[in-house]
Amino acid sequence: MPGSFVPASAELWRFLPEIILTLAGTFLMVLAPLVRDRRQNALGYVAAYLFFAALAAALAAHLDPGPAFQGLLVIDGFATFFRVLVIVVGLFTVLISFPYLGREHADRGEYYALLMFSVVGQCLMVASGDLIMLFIGLEISSISSYVLAGFLRRRPQAVEAALKYFLLGSFATAIMLFGVAWIYGMTGSTSLMEIRNGVLKLGQPGSVFLAAAAVALIFAGFAFKVSAWPFQVWAPDVYEGAPAPVVGFLSAGPKAAAFAALLRVLVVGFAPFSHRWEPLLWLVALGTMVVGNFAALLQNNIKRLLAYSSIAHAGYVLVAVTTHSEIGTAAVMFYLAAYALMNIGAFALVTHLGGKNEQFLNINDYAGLGARQPAAAALFTIFLLSLIGVPPTAGFFGKFYVFRAAIRADLIWLTVLGLLLSAVAAYYYLRIIVVMYMREPKNGVAEAPPLSGALGAVVWVTALGTILLGIWPSLVLRAATEWALLVR
Amino acid sequence: MVRLNLTLALPLAAFLALLLVPRSRPAWSRWIALISSLLIFAVSLGLLAGFDRSGGDFQFETNLPWIQTPAIRYHIGLDGLSLWLVLLSTLLTPVAVLVSWRYIQNRVKEFYAFLLLMEFGLVGVFVALDLFLFYVFWEVSLVPMYFLIGIWGYERRIYAAVKFFLYTMAGSVLMLAAMIYLYNATGSFDYHTLLGDLASGRLELGRTEETLLFLAFFLAFAIKVPLFPLHTWLPDAHVEAPTAGSVILASVMLKMGAYGLVRFCLPMFPNASREHAWWIVLLAIVGIIYGALVAMVQPNMKKLVAYSSVSHLGFVVLGIFSFTQQGLDGAVYQMLNHGISTGALFILVGYMYERRHSLEIADYGGVATPAPNLAAVFLITSLASLGLPMLNNFVGEFLVLQGAARANFTWAVFAATGVILSAAYLLWLYQRAFLGPATEAVRDQMRDLSPREWAAILPLVALMVWMGTAAQTFLPPISASNSLVLERVEQGVIVNVENRIPALPQEADHAR
Repeated sequence: MPGSFVPASAELWRFLPEIILTLAGTFLMVLAPLVRDRRQNALGYVAAYLFFAALAAALAAHLDPGPAFQGLLVIDGFATFFRVLVIVVGLFTVLISFPYLGREHADRGEYYALLMFSVVGQCLMVASGDLIMLFIGLEISSISSYVLAGFLRRRPQAVEAALKYFLLGSFATAIMLFGVAWIYGMTGSTSLMEIRNGVLKLGQPGSVFLAAAAVALIFAGFAFKVSAWPFQVWAPDVYEGAPAPVVGFLSAGPKAAAFAALLRVLVVGFAPFSHRWEPLLWLVALGTMVVGNFAALLQNNIKRLLAYSSIAHAGYVLVAVTTHSEIGTAAVMFYLAAYALMNIGAFALVTHLGGKNEQFLNINDYAGLGARQPAAAALFTIFLLSLIGVPPTAGFFGKFYVFRAAIRADLIWLTVLGLLLSAVAAYYYLRIIVVMYMREPKNGVAEAPPLSGALGAVVWVTALGTILLGIWPSLVLRAATEWALLVR
Repeated sequence: MVRLNLTLALPLAAFLALLLVPRSRPAWSRWIALISSLLIFAVSLGLLAGFDRSGGDFQFETNLPWIQTPAIRYHIGLDGLSLWLVLLSTLLTPVAVLVSWRYIQNRVKEFYAFLLLMEFGLVGVFVALDLFLFYVFWEVSLVPMYFLIGIWGYERRIYAAVKFFLYTMAGSVLMLAAMIYLYNATGSFDYHTLLGDLASGRLELGRTEETLLFLAFFLAFAIKVPLFPLHTWLPDAHVEAPTAGSVILASVMLKMGAYGLVRFCLPMFPNASREHAWWIVLLAIVGIIYGALVAMVQPNMKKLVAYSSVSHLGFVVLGIFSFTQQGLDGAVYQMLNHGISTGALFILVGYMYERRHSLEIADYGGVATPAPNLAAVFLITSLASLGLPMLNNFVGEFLVLQGAARANFTWAVFAATGVILSAAYLLWLYQRAFLGPATEAVRDQMRDLSPREWAAILPLVALMVWMGTAAQTFLPPISASNSLVLERVEQGVIVNVENRIPALPQEADHAR
């Protein structure tokens, strides 16, 4: 392969966000033991600033888009969109973690370092043009997430969550790696471009079948990451046991990155036989929506409820993925951005209202919030209405774009079923609103202090963003439409 | 143009202003809500001044881009169909504010804020000329009503609120799918563009295609109307809602469905509308009779009025699907009549509840002795509602029956039994509640109307008489718009044929 092993400066420039975050994470790791326990939250502020630096770097890297490291990474608009998204999610997570970690006496620098490493992994995933790079990014992101899920190591549920997440997650990545190996065996490459060319040359029906099986294996790995049916079983347990800010992070960042990588793999690498994987995805999308929405109806724990809701939303996104079109890709991008906003906001509130040791997680604990804390309840209502998909919120336009892409792709049956299921979803989100506004206050979240500080700021900003995107979706959609064109 | 935009924007502004009022000052919220809603009504009356009453076309149009991709425009306008419905919404909001003055003591600020947000959604639904915009307003009006029922309602309020929300949502998502389908076919959500494309044949819908699209729209509207057998959310929602909620729900929100039928279903899918009219009419007639019979046996006054709504709205649907000028005019007129007389009935029942704290008819009796004015107003309203000549409902029902008779005489015969039954249940209600000897409790508690209560009900009573005696004040704009709708429905079948004709003149030229 031509080219020297010393990367050009342009390549380093494109790689800048990852460099910043990796160095920053290492720096925080080194610094953590040197800082007194009481002052550990200062590291959080440092982490927040470093996330800002990474955000600036991600935007700066877009000034000179192109491949890096012999095509292992592809910095295009699509990658920039998702890099910005996951970095912002990381930043929000840091901000909502301050009060939480302080309350749980778990304020340690490693937390922020792990968060940064996880974001590094996601940045690599969304920009990878090669299955090996993708796999490395996925592992970096996942391993940090496993540790984050069990960060409160004295809490049994957290340990259970981390273990479950780790076991099932490593199993899923192993299956995925198997698929990668298989594809490599057939096409002689792990680069998505070359896989595309190799797949086109496959002659006999037998080898096409093998390639399809390899796609299915790789897809299974992704399905686990985005908690799609039938690989969704870990999600409710992990969401229930992991610290609330981490759950917010998991439901937004890694999920968005996995969807981005999935899109790139399917659209760039395996587009030539899309007719083979599309039916598989229809089925998975439908199953995910059905399982997520119906199981959520039965939940009483708010974190479990939001876990199933997150499964259901993965189903909607998959609907757009199956369309295998540019407007579908743009819809995925918009949806994930909108979902990140509303879900981070919702989890920030769950974090805030959960109280010490996350004791208030039952829906009935939210009774009377509307009377005692009108601002928090109103903001939560905005997020819930957006999750239902009521205009004018970001969630509404997300659904609208997704199902518009689906109708354009003649998937009318899937659209009708998906929309009806989203009407089912209204029921469980409304339940929370009912409890907040229509039941008498009792001991529970209503006793929590008013919103303030960094967490309050995140809630307000995400709520504002949710409304803003519901009135002017073009703010994000224009970028998404422009950048949905993947380099092929 | 400015007037219409103001009518739409002011409720939103008032809603936002109310959010800023301190919670410790409920009186401020009340006054702000009252003054702003009266101001909005005054502004909306200004619409009448510039309105051309003879043309059926849209006036006061504003058409601005909102979102580039997909092309969604802020396109609003007013025609004879929407004009009166907008005025009905703006009139009933101050009335709703007045009737809640004493009754709502809990979370006053939020109550009035939701009421004004509701007004914003309702006015928006009636003026939106972009399908997408229409859908947005349709959903926006859903949320405040959900809260009005759920927070300030009676015992089973939560069940009723959630049922209301889910029913409407289930219908409307299919409508959304149909709208997106139309958008993908034409690249526009604009009402005029869509109608133009359909008329010119640029958009040709196959038979199944048109049927499915029609059904998707129809279902959303039929749930809202509500058409039998989709009406089951209505008695719950009405009974559990606070008075102001019932008034807005019955008077204006139900009209969203009927309005949608006339505005969208008929002109956009004329062939499917005609093809499916037979079973829709059948359901409407069943609804008329069923609603009336169930109303007759209700021991609860609010439930009785709620079921009478099912019956009355059956007339509206019957009129619409008779595809005659009289039927359509009567249907639209009946929408307004029902808004006024049923709204008034809910207000009066609310007054009675505030005094006696019961909705059971059995707890009343002889109310006319201690409260003669209340009894008189109730009697006038009941007579209006049952279709006594010289009062408003008579005109509407007469026109609907006339239209139905033209289409099919049997329909009119069956529907007319609904008129008779409505006389039975309303007069029987009046007899049981207001006549006879008054018990001790009734005599103690049933005060007569206060000035504030008079102020809320008097405009409605005046309108009942006015609309019953001088229908010509209201009908011409309605007829003008309806005749355009009918034209489209009748051309539906023919236009598709005509479209293929333009090739002929050229051929004729060649032949020469």
